[in-house]
Amino acid sequence: MGSVWQLLPLIMLTGVLPLSVIADEPLFPRARGERCVEPVGVMRRAHFEFLNHQGQQTVERGIRIGRHSLADCIGCHAARDQNADWIPVSAPGQFCDSCHSYAAVRIDCFSCHRAVPGADQVMGN
Amino acid sequence: MAAGDTSTLPRREFLGRASALAGLVVSFAPGMRLIDLAAAKPDGEAASAEVRWGMLVDATRCVSGCDACVNACATEHGLEMTDRPEIDAQWIRKVDLIDENSGKEISLPVMCQHCEDAPCVAVCPTGASFRREDGIVLVNKHTCIGCRYCMMACPYKARSFIHINLVGQRTHSPRGKGTVESCTFCVHRVDRDREPACVEACTAAGHQALLFGDLSDNEGELAQRLGEVQTQQLRSDLGTNPGVHYHGL
Repeated sequence: MGSVWQLLPLIMLTGVLPLSVIADEPLFPRARGERCVEPVGVMRRAHFEFLNHQGQQTVERGIRIGRHSLADCIGCHAARDQNADWIPVSAPGQFCDSCHSYAAVRIDCFSCHRAVPGADQVMGN
Repeated sequence: MAAGDTSTLPRREFLGRASALAGLVVSFAPGMRLIDLAAAKPDGEAASAEVRWGMLVDATRCVSGCDACVNACATEHGLEMTDRPEIDAQWIRKVDLIDENSGKEISLPVMCQHCEDAPCVAVCPTGASFRREDGIVLVNKHTCIGCRYCMMACPYKARSFIHINLVGQRTHSPRGKGTVESCTFCVHRVDRDREPACVEACTAAGHQALLFGDLSDNEGELAQRLGEVQTQQLRSDLGTNPGVHYHGL
């Protein structure tokens, strides 16, 4: 894909962004659940605050309910490959990686956390 | 007491009578309670200091050569052995002891002792090593920097450091390179009113050498048994007051 800068004269002349630039936006597999626990816009901005908060509650205080569980995110958002095996959400082009690569933000969650659903975490199957 | 009566009672007096009535209900009959004080907390509630989780290891029932508890722990938490045993995580070990004078042999498991005054908590520079309200000593891997002071401080050598990238972790037991870890008393199970995996496995193997419960609950099985048999804590001279007690050492 050409960078925006190479296409800048074209953009200035025509006043529109060529399709090739728009297509650079992150693409990821569809989630399986009916709807997310929060509106998409809220999730995009604040998902880590939710995850961080619930993580602290669980680890430090043992509170094991709540809507913002990482395991539940993975239960909805992990995809399967052609052999029906789970693909980690952190794999290239998958749910977490697609945006985080785009935004150049390295995430460290999955050096410890399981990136595919556990047996009891699969949603909408 | 009819509901209508309360309007004529001063508030303080009503509360006094109500609590006296509640006391009556709770101590309904000796050894019998309508409200179980030591019930595990519901999922949504925080761990409470009214509970102190602990364990009794009965070395007279523990069988030399049996490693059911060790295997159950490894399966529960996804502890996989590598071809470098010196870096493998060990949350629970079987130890065989022989008294040189008498020749008496005993076998016992040793894991994190979940100390009240835990040296690992005292030395941790980030607060990652902490003691939950209900006495379970844990590592918060979000804040652990892998300095391993806690490993030096622990008199029981209960903690392991993860040297390599891990894959295939269990959902309920996140663990990874660069952090320290140890027995969690299977906190994910305890929070849902289940026993630790090692205890379950020991019972399933027919040995019943491990008893898990609430040390604060005087009516509970654990406290009752601690009152009946002679027990000791490992290195009690250090004053750490472990939650794990041993019988038959």
